[in-house]
Amino acid sequence: MPAVSKGDGMRGLAVFISDIRNCKSKEAEIKRINKELANIRSKFKGDKALDGYSKKKYVCKLLFIFLLGHDIDFGHMEAVNLLSSNKYTEKQIGYLFISVLVNSNSELIRLINNAIKNDLASRNPTFMCLALHCIANVGSREMAEAFAGEIPRILVAGDTMDSVKQSAALCLLRLYKTSPDLVLMGEWTSRVVHLLNDQHMGVVTAAISLITCLSQKNPDEFKTCVSLAVSRLSRIVSSASTDLQDYTYYFVPAPWLSCKLLRLLQCYPPPEDGAVKGRLVECLETILNKAQEPPKSKKVQHSNAKNAILFEAISLIIHYDSEPNLLVRACNQLGQFLQHRETNLRYLALESMCTLASSEFSHEAVKTHIETVINALKTERDVSVRQRAADLLYAMCDRSNAKQIVAEMLSYLENADYSIREEMVLKVAILAEKYAVDYSWYVDTILNLIRIAGDYVSEEVWYRVIQIVINRDDVQGYAAKTVFEALQAPACHENMVKVGGYILGEFGNLIAGDPRSSPLIQFNLLHSKFHLCSVPTRALLLSAYIKFINLFPETKPTIQEVLRSDSQIRNSDVELQQRAVEYLKLSSIASTDVLATVLEEMPPFPERESSILAKLKKKKGPGAVSVSELEDGKREGGELNGGGERGSDPSAIAASNASTPSPSADLLGLRSAAPIGSAAPSAGSLLVDVFSEAGPAAPSSGANDDNFLSSAPSSSSLGSEDPAPPLPESDELLNKFVCKNNGVLFENQLLQIGIKSEYRQNLGRMYLFYGNKTSVQFTKPVEPLVEGGAQVQQVINIECLTDFSEAPLLNIKFRYGGALQNITLKLPVTINKFFQPTEMASQDFFQRWKQLSLPQQEAQKIFKANNAMDTEVLKAKLLGLGSALLENVDPNPENFVCAGVIQTKAQQVGCLLRLEPNAQAQMYRLTLRSSKDSVSKRLCELLAEQF
Amino acid sequence: MIRFVLIQNRAGKTRLAKWYMQFDDDEKQKLIEEVHAVVTVRDAKHTNFVEFRSFKIIYRRYAGLYFCICVDVADNNLAYLEAIHNFVEVLNEYFHNVCELDLVFNFYKVYTVVDEMFLAGEIRETSQTKVLKQLLLLQSLD
Repeated sequence: MPAVSKGDGMRGLAVFISDIRNCKSKEAEIKRINKELANIRSKFKGDKALDGYSKKKYVCKLLFIFLLGHDIDFGHMEAVNLLSSNKYTEKQIGYLFISVLVNSNSELIRLINNAIKNDLASRNPTFMCLALHCIANVGSREMAEAFAGEIPRILVAGDTMDSVKQSAALCLLRLYKTSPDLVLMGEWTSRVVHLLNDQHMGVVTAAISLITCLSQKNPDEFKTCVSLAVSRLSRIVSSASTDLQDYTYYFVPAPWLSCKLLRLLQCYPPPEDGAVKGRLVECLETILNKAQEPPKSKKVQHSNAKNAILFEAISLIIHYDSEPNLLVRACNQLGQFLQHRETNLRYLALESMCTLASSEFSHEAVKTHIETVINALKTERDVSVRQRAADLLYAMCDRSNAKQIVAEMLSYLENADYSIREEMVLKVAILAEKYAVDYSWYVDTILNLIRIAGDYVSEEVWYRVIQIVINRDDVQGYAAKTVFEALQAPACHENMVKVGGYILGEFGNLIAGDPRSSPLIQFNLLHSKFHLCSVPTRALLLSAYIKFINLFPETKPTIQEVLRSDSQIRNSDVELQQRAVEYLKLSSIASTDVLATVLEEMPPFPERESSILAKLKKKKGPGAVSVSELEDGKREGGELNGGGERGSDPSAIAASNASTPSPSADLLGLRSAAPIGSAAPSAGSLLVDVFSEAGPAAPSSGANDDNFLSSAPSSSSLGSEDPAPPLPESDELLNKFVCKNNGVLFENQLLQIGIKSEYRQNLGRMYLFYGNKTSVQFTKPVEPLVEGGAQVQQVINIECLTDFSEAPLLNIKFRYGGALQNITLKLPVTINKFFQPTEMASQDFFQRWKQLSLPQQEAQKIFKANNAMDTEVLKAKLLGLGSALLENVDPNPENFVCAGVIQTKAQQVGCLLRLEPNAQAQMYRLTLRSSKDSVSKRLCELLAEQF
Repeated sequence: MIRFVLIQNRAGKTRLAKWYMQFDDDEKQKLIEEVHAVVTVRDAKHTNFVEFRSFKIIYRRYAGLYFCICVDVADNNLAYLEAIHNFVEVLNEYFHNVCELDLVFNFYKVYTVVDEMFLAGEIRETSQTKVLKQLLLLQSLD
């Protein structure tokens, strides 16, 4: 047998590789490489002509350097020169270099093609193969133009060597895939098909890939391949394990060729010719029989090879879907594998059974395995196996077992891996709807879904439950009662509030007779959730309230009171403010009749295909996913938190709008285009509402356009002097508050300003405490006056509309004695305040980390430690930042990683953080990745000042 | 169809990368890192298959080396799993008890072995005897 010693043939190369391996650092390696590159360059440029051996050696070194990840910008010409050498080893290196470093330089392509042409014509099988492999590896359009005519000739010529035929067949396949218009089979078709009969199994193995591809594109022209494939398969299947000698692998005759033959047959319907079909069925039966025979070897290779054929045969049986006997046998065989000790087999059996479940002949047989599959869902260690089990349960579900399957999936969902939760939720929702016999079960299921996995319940799901409740009057009373009960839970998911608000607004009257759910109790229950909800949910609730006024006139005063309160009627959100104003007005001026007409119960929705199904299809695209999906990691990253950036996916929105009411609870169809500029100033990207009557300080418009301090009506009367520029130390003061929310913002001899703040999602509230340190009253323009030694408080409601980098400014003016004091500070509102922590496991973290790998998504800083590098202090700071500090995620325990989502009104931005302290150097490396470049950058700036 | 073949060690160093579809260099680097991250976290009780973007990876670990083949979702898992083993047995025979260093020092020969067994993303030759005979022949040429 051949043996190869280290780098034999090219000593210089082996020495060079050893040198590189011995380099202690990246720098040393680069130095060594540069030295080598200089040496090679001088050799190539030198006056002395290089012999073939040296040229080969240097080109090979260049290739090695390239494979290490360094750019190579010369040596192409020398490589091309090697192609015309008549020594195999030199030619081989030349071709390898060309194949790895494809170069579209037209001058070279011409030379390369010339060399290939010569080799193809050389009649030397070794050279011909090298040339064909080069074409197959590069597969460029230019090569197709030059050789697409020649290669079929080589492939079918009588005197072509077997190994050349193998290469020619696959070379042609590559050209056909890249430039189908240039590969014209026409006259060659029948001779190519007959390669299936070739004596040499290797030729058949290679040619069949070409034939399969061509058959998929032109099934009619190639259909004679079916009978040839069947007879070839039959000969292999019925052969003894020793018959095929070289092609027997661990006692299995020609496993790969068998698989390819079975795959080819899947391009066609069952053979029409009775004899051919009979022979094929016999083959398939033999394959199924062999699975029951005792193994000829204990080696896993033996069973794998045997089962590779078996699974391919089952695929063909499923593809035909016409032989009940075979389908049931296939199902029984897979049933055995479900309990096999090999995880691979269990996985593949689940996967394969999934397709069997959709056949009418085997559906019942699949269903008999339900307990095993449920058990797999509960006990498998590998998440991908559990995923397959969930898929199979979904596929085998019908009216008879829906309740059991849905219940199992729901209970699995409680502990399911984050990566598959959303899909599981969709599946449960679809099954519950599809197989609902009584709709109370459906309502219970969906509410359970929201309870268990609320974060993963997409809009489509809760829209759908509302549609169904509205369309079916037999379930409305039950739905009202159930949501009412569900809302009693102290902590219920926001989606539950949405469903509850909508349903009680429509059908609360159906349960109002019960004193335990009287109108006022219903209202108070809903309203107790109001303050914890996001803007769209609040908008929905406001609509539910006005509906209550219609349903239950006795609630009118209470609800009007709520609508009239400042937090509604002067809300910084235009939509909320408008709803409050309009509903209040409507309820006060409209007569009962008008009110009843306007607020009538929603009409039934037109029946449409469930939008959830569309969503699931979209999520789990069929096998035929295009290459462009390779670039599609980012979208998944956005879904970090069960819905992160879904809004940015236009098709998702379109899908939901098509069949469901608008998300902000369009109960009344009142939702119009937001009246921009009419209710609140909307120019700034960050809007801080300061209610002037709440405090003594005179807020004023910040100088920066990005930050808009919209002050209350009196802002124009706030004294004539312009606000002072921010204090020089204001940045430093700001930095103190990045990781904390409370403290003293500013202090001088006269004044102390304390801050307390709290944030939730994209909203915040900040209390400012102004303390007069003197014994003298502060006077105008401050209103009210601040007595000496006293403290007044101001409340600021904050809403983050979009991400920002400049903090809003706070301008304070007052008179102390006679002198006007004019101080401008930065309000400590930074983007990280709107962090929602996200817990995730190591695998998820790094997967998302990789998905956010565009250069602009990352911001990195390396900086010196300003404080002692105390782990506990670091942890506290990172916690204060607002994201989740993830333990046991980074393989290096010294490092810290965090994850969170920045909530702004416009969008949610998933962020990942990694802080790598280097105690020795007293340095940190901080890396931020997020789906938005400005966020990564800003967070990185802010944080770099903290440690 | 095979989209790419990767041989990596546990530290993530690539010992062979063979691409059967067009990727630019940055994308290749990304794929290499991703495959490493996906495969190395799995233990022996896991399957030898992982979903990967819109493809799947069939892999097997031999000592410190991961042999990974990225194929289409509908492709036959076990056939490719054994194709890896068949390839490894050829390498083992050719390099007489192959080790990682053989692949480093003879990287240009490994490409030849690959091209003998896989071409254009398809299985070209499966007979170990035939492949080794051909390699022996090439070895004897100058």
